[in-house]
Amino acid sequence: MHDFQTSTGLLHLTNDTVYKGYSFGSSRNVAGEVVFNTAMTGYVETLTDPSYKGQIVVLTYPLVGNYGVPKPPFESAAIQVQGLVIPNLSDNPNHHLSLHNLHQWLLGSHVPGLYGVDTRSLTQLLREHGTIEGSIHTTAANAELSDSIPMHDVLSLVAGERVMRCGTGNTRILVVDTGAKYNIMRSLVRRGAQVVCAPWNLDWESYLPEVDGILLTNGPGDPRDATALVQRVRHTMSLGIPMFGICFGHQLLALAAGASSTKMRYGNRSVNQPVQDLMTKRCYMTSQNHGYVVDSTQLPEDFTSWFINLNDRSNEGIRHKTLPISSVQFHPEAAPGPNDTAFLFDDFLAVASRLKRSHLRSNRIDALQEMVLT
Amino acid sequence: MKRVLVLGSGALQIGQAGEFDYSGSQALKVLREEGIASVLINPNIATIQTDQGLADKVYFLPVEPQFVEEVLKLENCDAVLLSFGGQSALNCGLALEEAGVFARLGVRVLGTPVSTIRDTEDRARFVERLREINVDTARSMAVSSVEDAVRAAGIIGYPVMLRCGFSLGGKGSSIVRTEQECRDVASSALSGAPQILVEECLSGWKEIEYEVVRDAADNCITVCNMENVDPMGIHTGESIVVAPSQTLDDTEYQLLRDVAIKTIRHLGIIGECNIQYALDPHSRAYRVIEVNARLSRSSALASKATGYPLAYVAAKIALGYDLPDIPNNITQVTTAFFEPALDYIVCKIPRWDIGKFLHADDKIGSEMKSVGEVMAIGRSFPEALQKALRMLDIGAAGLESHRYNFSDIDDELRRPTPKRIFAVAQALHKGYTVEHIHALSRIDPFFLYEIASVVALEHTLEDSGLKLDTLSSELMRTLKRKGFSDKQIGHKLHSHVDAVREKRKALGVRPYLKQIDTLAAEFPAKTNFLYSTYHADADDIQAPTRPSVLVLGSGCYRIGSSVEFDWCAVTAVQTARKLGYETLVINCNPETVSTDYDVCDRLIFEELTLERVLDVIEQQKPSGVIVSMGGQTPNNIAIQLANAGVPILGTSAESIDMAEDRHKFSALLDELGIGQPKWKEATGINDIGKTVASLGGFPVLIRPSYVLSGAAMGVAYTKSEAEAFLKQASTLSQEHPVVLSKFEENAQEIELDAVGSGGQLVAWVVSEHVEQAGVHSGDATLMVPPQSLSVAQIMRIREIAEKLARRLKIEGPFNIQLLLRDDVIKVIELNLRASRSFPFLSKATGVNLAQEATRVLLGVKSTQDYVANWMHLPYVVVKAPQFSFGRIKGADPRLGVEMASTGEVACFGKSCEEALLKAYMATGFKRPRNGIFVSVENGDAKLLYRDIATFFGMGFGIFSAGQTATELRQAGFSVTEIASANQLRELFQAKSIDWVISVPHGTLSTPNRLGYHCRRLAADFGVSLTLNIHTAQRLAKALVLVPNSAITIAPWSHYLPAPILDERAELTV
Repeated sequence: MHDFQTSTGLLHLTNDTVYKGYSFGSSRNVAGEVVFNTAMTGYVETLTDPSYKGQIVVLTYPLVGNYGVPKPPFESAAIQVQGLVIPNLSDNPNHHLSLHNLHQWLLGSHVPGLYGVDTRSLTQLLREHGTIEGSIHTTAANAELSDSIPMHDVLSLVAGERVMRCGTGNTRILVVDTGAKYNIMRSLVRRGAQVVCAPWNLDWESYLPEVDGILLTNGPGDPRDATALVQRVRHTMSLGIPMFGICFGHQLLALAAGASSTKMRYGNRSVNQPVQDLMTKRCYMTSQNHGYVVDSTQLPEDFTSWFINLNDRSNEGIRHKTLPISSVQFHPEAAPGPNDTAFLFDDFLAVASRLKRSHLRSNRIDALQEMVLT
Repeated sequence: MKRVLVLGSGALQIGQAGEFDYSGSQALKVLREEGIASVLINPNIATIQTDQGLADKVYFLPVEPQFVEEVLKLENCDAVLLSFGGQSALNCGLALEEAGVFARLGVRVLGTPVSTIRDTEDRARFVERLREINVDTARSMAVSSVEDAVRAAGIIGYPVMLRCGFSLGGKGSSIVRTEQECRDVASSALSGAPQILVEECLSGWKEIEYEVVRDAADNCITVCNMENVDPMGIHTGESIVVAPSQTLDDTEYQLLRDVAIKTIRHLGIIGECNIQYALDPHSRAYRVIEVNARLSRSSALASKATGYPLAYVAAKIALGYDLPDIPNNITQVTTAFFEPALDYIVCKIPRWDIGKFLHADDKIGSEMKSVGEVMAIGRSFPEALQKALRMLDIGAAGLESHRYNFSDIDDELRRPTPKRIFAVAQALHKGYTVEHIHALSRIDPFFLYEIASVVALEHTLEDSGLKLDTLSSELMRTLKRKGFSDKQIGHKLHSHVDAVREKRKALGVRPYLKQIDTLAAEFPAKTNFLYSTYHADADDIQAPTRPSVLVLGSGCYRIGSSVEFDWCAVTAVQTARKLGYETLVINCNPETVSTDYDVCDRLIFEELTLERVLDVIEQQKPSGVIVSMGGQTPNNIAIQLANAGVPILGTSAESIDMAEDRHKFSALLDELGIGQPKWKEATGINDIGKTVASLGGFPVLIRPSYVLSGAAMGVAYTKSEAEAFLKQASTLSQEHPVVLSKFEENAQEIELDAVGSGGQLVAWVVSEHVEQAGVHSGDATLMVPPQSLSVAQIMRIREIAEKLARRLKIEGPFNIQLLLRDDVIKVIELNLRASRSFPFLSKATGVNLAQEATRVLLGVKSTQDYVANWMHLPYVVVKAPQFSFGRIKGADPRLGVEMASTGEVACFGKSCEEALLKAYMATGFKRPRNGIFVSVENGDAKLLYRDIATFFGMGFGIFSAGQTATELRQAGFSVTEIASANQLRELFQAKSIDWVISVPHGTLSTPNRLGYHCRRLAADFGVSLTLNIHTAQRLAKALVLVPNSAITIAPWSHYLPAPILDERAELTV
């Protein structure tokens, strides 16, 4: 039995619904948007995914912590979520890579958790609300104050401070980091690419002359709030550099292209989202976490729908009809989730490396120089 | 494609059970949906798939190449489905393909191509195919001689695993540690297979399975993964299994998923398959163990565990559909290209009946011995585990650490028997550390810690002087969340279970019903698949608004209760549905059709314990509850349910009690002037002589007063036997007194199956046993219409039934077992529920007893006038038992009052002999060509040669031993006398013996005798084995009278008058 067994806690939603449970991890009180995910494995990856910055994450799978927590690296440098709500906590995990249990990890990261909650009924409530704020209260702490994160500015919280480079390959990819999961970089480097990872709020355009492709990553918040960044992406798109967007990056790219984005009736928050490539008709299982969707009925002329979701028929990807510009709503880098669409990294790198050698290159560099000079 | 043949799996046997009724039924539904005519071959008459209304034509014939070929020709089929009838159907299909039959007849094999099936079945080819894509398999070498096996083992390094290719249920696979063991096992394995595999031993690695679906357009998904709690070394069919995996991190989960998809694409499977892995607990190393290119036990489990209709989808794919084009019938919002997200944990536990076999080795390992399984759903491992243990119906109220006494608990943990899980709990209770138990059992510490949390709570209940009155809601909730039953809590707190229930409800602690929606509530989905959990604070679903009927299913399959009771339950549901009721089912067996998503309106996958059934009833408030259509398991709680005020449909609880209680029943028979064998309650071992004398001497039948399938029953011929049985019976059942009754020798056994309404007989069928009384009715060969009874006798039997029906006001199904000797009829037993023979008799005669019974239960007055038309049927139907002795190493194959068969078949024929021969062929009996061995210990051998001397003159060798040899020789036959077990073994190896008739005397067997060896060798070598003199007599006669050319190949509709079938069809679709 854990020593925190008797310490009860609450999840208080802003519609005044209260879920009782037991507190674990840190005894801080926190507030944030309450979201859920239905993945059955991958809590380490989920908790460290910067897309969840500022949010309280609810897991529907009822046994959490079974295989403990390994040593880093994770999907980012630290736990990103505000808090964690689960049904059952394993206090005696077992795995050859496990260093400590989930409770210890959350405690050391000052993140509170709540277990003993009927997360199925909670999820039913959350899905109907779309987004709802809530706070975790632990009896051990002062029940009045809850830390929350200003969501309109959440992107600035996940941006790094400096540009990082990794990999040694010939094909060089600029990753515009809006809270990128490390596995995006790993996926590129593993395939022989050299990655320049630049925080979105630094002058990443200055690297354009030296790269063969641009990748817009996942990230937290409402993409429609990132108006300045959308503008910058729009400028870059015209250069003809191969560009690929993932999740938040897909939304940015679509908005930059002139498409619109709407809030979904039910968000896609799982690792079992079926998508279909409209060109090949092939279907893939994907990992997703989003509540906004690109309206594929209103795509700009030069763009076409690429993937759709087989469950709700919503848009899952777009591509430019002539230029090497495309993006997907799902996560080809998985982590957690299925690797079915990892080939998109191969495809992206193939295009980037081929164009580098093509006659377009000189034209492109001219255009790039023009842009940088003016 | 116009006409598709579907191969069924035949009788239930160890390694191949009811799951194929589920998969075959789904395939037939798909064919019907597509407007394609279907033909089914399956001699298993108790299945739903052989019901009228699923297949267009049904053939009750052996699933053997020669029969299948004839049916293909007769029906002009242009395609065949091989993957819905288990290994039997697959093997039969492979044989037909090899013989060029499909090519010759222009029959297309749908789904996975035969070449791919061969790649997965031939281990050497399999390893090679996987090597092509750098997928790791266990290091393995195919050998065909003992010397090569020894050499291969030397190269790979001991311990090694020896396996047979083409096997179901891992038959003939063992771990060997020394060269001598290797020689012994290899020689035995090679006697039954041309090739064996010597493999790297991965004992102790995690055992993981994925269910994979791929369509012809190369879309591929994994529907579910599963983890064995018992790691590698224990066959997955023998393991406690959870879904999804619990100890794999996301990287491992995805790694194995990726390998699964890559492998299945490379092999070119089209449809459903299962891939098994070993995963090193200390690294990311894995090995693919095998791929089953067909629906399997695991796929049935996965389908029920996730709510994904695997068999349905596999059939659609076989007909050419792609996954994204198939709507998901369960959620009605997604397509079949979907991987379920679970928000619960599923725990499967096998059910064993090894104790029913004399001299059986009760160790479990790499071969299957279990006869059924249960599946429990919960939101914590302890909740699911404890539920599952109760579902097994072995008397456990949960994971009780003191349930068994282990003489050597370390050995039990190291070399498990079915009781290991209880040994784990006991060891923890004794203070063993998790590390220590892990070292002995190799069970992952994750699971052991979870079990430890249950044992810790048990300690809490034991040590702290707790009282029920003062139990906090906090502790009560924690106990229930860890899966404790009210009974368990009551035991520990010395309180009655009813008091615990009351207290619990007063504390506001109750389980909630949750939906299995395949997507963890991510978005709304319509599903009717429910379970209950204490890890919740809201129900997903409220009580139905329409009038509703709850049907209690039969629970796990075991010897004595299997698919026949699922048929009864499903028929009850279909009938109630037809009558406009909202139908609810509670059952916990993933191998059943009653737990299919499309059978009832609400499926509650739950325990059939009184506690849980009451929980469900309190929440769902059904208008009526049917307890008499699921065999003994629901019948056992009927009286308590009635006492709790539940609206039980049918015969009253008082009447049920009167039939079950030996004293009351006996008095009732006397009152009605119905004959019965003399009986007496045992007063003690010392008085046994007196008791027996008062019954008129030996032999006597000894049993506890409440029994099912002859548990702890025995016939004693001597005082020492009687003492032994008495001891056994009283340890098994302390609650019920032990009863001794006169065992009537040379008596014919008869059954009457019937439906009563308002105390009147509305339908009734009499059938006759081939074997005389003393053979359990489940092991007997049944004939309908009766072959030797006179009309007058049948009418007297009817009169008895009418008397009982009237007196007990029987409302619904019932069954009477009777004895006939010297024209005197006696009643042995009355069951106020549907019996095992309901499906057989319904299909044989066209009088659907289960349907009629349900209509009566629901208050529909029978409009039909059931004359006993079965008395004049122009054909005979014979039901034969299927034994699985080959699976239970060391067990003495013999018949007695304890049931031993695992399944049954039934075939139609112009004559009794033809029907009997076909039925026996469907259980694996082969016409002898080389030689027979005869040994009849009680001197009845003359029954064989007196009437049918021609049989012995059919040209095969006759081997015998002892008294029988002398007798046969005196009767003028030329006999080779066998003196030793070794001599026998050589004859078996040389295939000189292909039929063994061995009739042992008495009920206690001695393993060293020649008779034992002979029966055992027959079982091990898969040679036809007959254990009863009357069966042998009938079979011999049939062999003489019915040459192969005289065997009719005809569909069910050929025998049964069309109007009767049509009437039924209307009601069962």
